[in-house]
Formats: sequence, structure tokens, C-alpha cells
Amino acid sequence: MRFVRHFLRERLALVGALILLVVVVCAVASVHLAPFDPDDQDILARLLPPGSPGGDGTHWLGTDALGRDVLSRIIVGARISLLVGVLAMAISAVVGIGLGLIAGYEDRYLGRMLMVLGDMQLAVPFLVLALAVVAVLGASLANLVLVLGLTNWVQYVRVVRAECLVLREREFVQAARALGASVPRILLRHLLPNVASSAVVISSLLIARMILFESSLSYLGLGVPPEIPTWGGMIADGRDYISTAWWVVAMPGLALFTTVVGVNLIGDRLRDLLDPGLTQLDG
Amino acid sequence: MFGRVFSRLLHAAAVLLGVSVAVFFLVRLGGDPTGLFLPPDAAPADLAAFRHAMGFDQPWPVQLGQFLWAGLHGDFGQSLRYGQPAMRLVLERLPATVELSAVALVLSVLVSVPVAIVAAQNRGRAFDRAGLLATLAGQSFPAFWLAIMLILVFSEWLGVLPPSGRQGWRSLVLPAISLAAYSTAIITRLLRSNMIEVLQSNHVRTAHAKGLPHGSVIWRHVLRNAAIPTVTVIGLQVGGLLGGAVITEQIFAWPGMGQLAIQAISNRDFAVVQAFVLTMAVVIVAVNLLVDLTYALLDPRLRRM
Repeated sequence: MRFVRHFLRERLALVGALILLVVVVCAVASVHLAPFDPDDQDILARLLPPGSPGGDGTHWLGTDALGRDVLSRIIVGARISLLVGVLAMAISAVVGIGLGLIAGYEDRYLGRMLMVLGDMQLAVPFLVLALAVVAVLGASLANLVLVLGLTNWVQYVRVVRAECLVLREREFVQAARALGASVPRILLRHLLPNVASSAVVISSLLIARMILFESSLSYLGLGVPPEIPTWGGMIADGRDYISTAWWVVAMPGLALFTTVVGVNLIGDRLRDLLDPGLTQLDG
Repeated sequence: MFGRVFSRLLHAAAVLLGVSVAVFFLVRLGGDPTGLFLPPDAAPADLAAFRHAMGFDQPWPVQLGQFLWAGLHGDFGQSLRYGQPAMRLVLERLPATVELSAVALVLSVLVSVPVAIVAAQNRGRAFDRAGLLATLAGQSFPAFWLAIMLILVFSEWLGVLPPSGRQGWRSLVLPAISLAAYSTAIITRLLRSNMIEVLQSNHVRTAHAKGLPHGSVIWRHVLRNAAIPTVTVIGLQVGGLLGGAVITEQIFAWPGMGQLAIQAISNRDFAVVQAFVLTMAVVIVAVNLLVDLTYALLDPRLRRM
């Protein structure tokens, strides 16, 4: 609790937390919050500008080319962004932290192999890799989460491994080993808690990037199936109507941008508090 | 120095071999890859003939050997749609992609370096805070949305810049800006924090105490030290820029490799996708090799190794 209060003392972090709170509430309670049915088409009410009166309410952010309420679709779209961002981050974290701990503690072939693997991943930009995988396996929510999750663990490995290489030599780890603690016990009880704060920082910044990646893939039609409302998909739908109805593209993008700003603000604050040395994470 | 170059070359070769093997298995992830290379309505006899011609009925170690051997000779199969060698199609598009990415990279460096230098020396003041907010925004923009918004404002509303195509520098402005936004933010943040760190170090205090002019302390002692980790990140950005170019090209109808790859995916023209991924890997590995060797110029300690 004290950490939370300390965390929120900075104004920007507070802004980030509020943004995220709104997005989470939208995602969780989307069905009750959305003023209209997000899939409800009305050809007579297509491309209405923001603030137009609708059947039983106001289209605060206008309607799209099929007459669907933009605000409602943005609220429902928060689900996919958050779900994919958090799930993909979780997969990356489990894989990356696990491999990083082992590679850092045992440091033999695995460590070197992982570094080559990491360089291989750097050689194929994420978006390119995702395109290729989706081209082979087809687009679905599960494939999307797997692709994102399994291609972004390298950052964890780099940081966790580097920290473990140092921790390994510390007295408390040596003592644990001398007392006969098993390797899994040393990794999980002694090393993991000490790399946790770096991992938290990486995770928060990674979620922001995952959300951006998801929306890029959905924009290209390679993410979630098109019948599920996503922010990226909405932007793609509105692309052709940009000269007559800018709001159809602008509004979901603004939601996306604001969400990522919120997550990044929290990530920056966490980095300042937990691990000021982690500047190399960017990029 | 020679040993270092040699070991980096070896490493680069290993990475490229790894990527090729990965592409080989990726294509076979879903089982028999014949369906990826032929239209969905192909006749069973055609499928069988193609499977045999491509060697897909051989054991996979044989296939892997054939794949790598053909790749070494620049043969990545025929494009189904264009009936030309896939690699030639990709290479024809390479200059446009390199042009876009290179301009975006130069733009990022031209903006981020001065901003970072001024911000680091004015830490906590108005310029620094504004800069930090701008980098936060740059980091958070969905690139494809920023691109569409730029088209909306500069092409639709103001009508000053073309929304698509590749004719002259004017058509390069919007794609380059939308592609550069993210890397500009990342480079600025990193160089700023590196400079702040170096500014607080002992040798800088000594240099100031000796009475060296401020400008020369910044140039010779701070910037040079802060540049080393920054160059790494600039090198890493090249991958991000080339990857980001895929989506930017799509939006601005920029005739590069990324646009070709996206078309290839919707046409199920997998030979092209394969050639595209490998070309991308070669370019990025080459750039990172170059970055590695640049260190030696920046850091005299490495020249002796």
C-alpha cells in the first residue's frame, strides 16, 4: 500500500493509472457501458458525425460506414487490446524469465545459444516474423497471442541473465548452495525475487508495445478475425472514408494512443522507482 | 582488430544460417507446405507434381540441405503470381524500402541528437520536460494511425503533400515522418539519459575544473562517451524501421518490399514471403555488423582487441 501511495505521488504516474483504470473498466464492463450494441448496423445512420442523435441515445463519437456506434465499439475493443497485451506479455515473461534464470545461473551452452537465438530474432523484425507466421498458420486470437508471446521474450533473457550472473556470486546464493539447496530452489526462492523488480519494469513497458503490435496486425487484417471489434480493425475499416468521415479513424486511434501513453507512464514511473539503471531497455 | 572483424563475420553468418533454418521450419509448421505455394483450388495431380518437383516428398533433412543449397545460389523459388524468381521481385523492391528507412533514420538522428543534448544539459527545466512529453507521445503513437492522420491533415485538409506514391521528395515526407516517430523518441530518451549519466561523472568534473570551454567538454568528453550505447540502439532501430516500413508502405502505397510481402500473403505467394524474410535478415545483419565495427572508431579500447 505504501508503495502504491509512493508510486502515485508523481502527477504523471497518477494520470497513467487513471487512464489504465478507465480502460480496464471499459474492458471488464463493456457490455453494460456501451450505449449501443457495438454490432448493430443501421445503413440509414452511416457515417454520422460525433454528437448526432441516434435511435435511443446520442452517437457521441459518430457512426462508422455500417452505421455502428463508434464509441460502443471503442469500449468493446478495449477487451482485445488488454487481453492480447497482458496474455502475450505473460507468455513472454514466463519463457524469458525462466530461460534467463537458467542461462544466468548455469551459464554454459544455453546462455550462448540463447544469445545467438536473440540475434536471430533481432535480424527478423517482429512485424515481419508475425506476417510470416500468420501467413502459414492463419489469423486467430490464439495464434496472435502465441506469436506475440513467443517473439518478445529476448528482452527478459538479456536482463535476467545479466543480473543472475552477478547474483550467482553473492554470499546468500553461495550459502544456499553450500546448505544443499536444489537448483530449482535456488532459482525460484533466491534468484527470482531479486530479479522481480526488473521483470516488472520490462513487463509494463512490454504491454504497451504488445498493444501497439496487436493493433498493427489487426489493421493489416492479420490479427483477430474481423468480426470482433478491435481498435486496429476499426482504423482499417475507416481508412477508405477518411475524406468524408475522419472520426471513424481518429477516435479508435486516439483510444489506442491514450491507452499506450497510460501504460508507458506507469512503466516509466516503475522504472524510476524500482530500477533506475534499466535505461537500455528501449529499442 | 582483424580477429574481431573475423569473429563478427562468423557470428553474422551463424545468425543468417539460423534464420534460414528457421524459415525452412516455419514453412513446414503446418505440415506439408505444398498448399502454401499453390492456389487453394489446385488439382490433386498438380499438387502431387509440385510436391515432387519441389522435393516435399523427400525426408526433411534432405529438403533442408536442398533448401540451403538453393538459397546459397540465390534460388528461392518462383513467384506464383508473377511467374518470376521470388528473389528478383524482392530485390527490385529493395531500393524503395531502403530509401524510406534510411531517410527516416537520418530524420530521427537529426531531430533526436540536438534535442537530447540540449535536454540533458537543462535537466528538469521546461525544454527537458517538453522533450520528455514529446518522446512519450512519439513512443506511444500507433505508426499506422499517425500515418493516416498525417494524410488527413496534410493531404486531405491542407492539400500540401501527396497522400501516396513515390514521385519526388514530396511524396517521401509523410511516410518518413510517420516511420521516424518511434525511433526518434527512443534515441532521444536514451541519448539524454546516457548524457546525464556521463555529465555527472568524475572526468567531466575534472575537465570543467581544468577550465576547458563548456562546448569542448560536451563534445569531446560527454557526447563521445554517451554515443557508444546510443549507436547500439540506433543499430537496433534499423530493424524496427525496416519492420515498420512494411505497414508504412502499405498505407502510403510506397512500392517497397513490405508492400510486396503483404500482397504476397494475401495471394498465398509464399516463395515471395520467404525471399522477403531472408532479404530483411541479410540487410539487418549487415547493418548490425557495421554498427559493431563502428564501435572501434568510437572506443579506442576496442581497436586493440
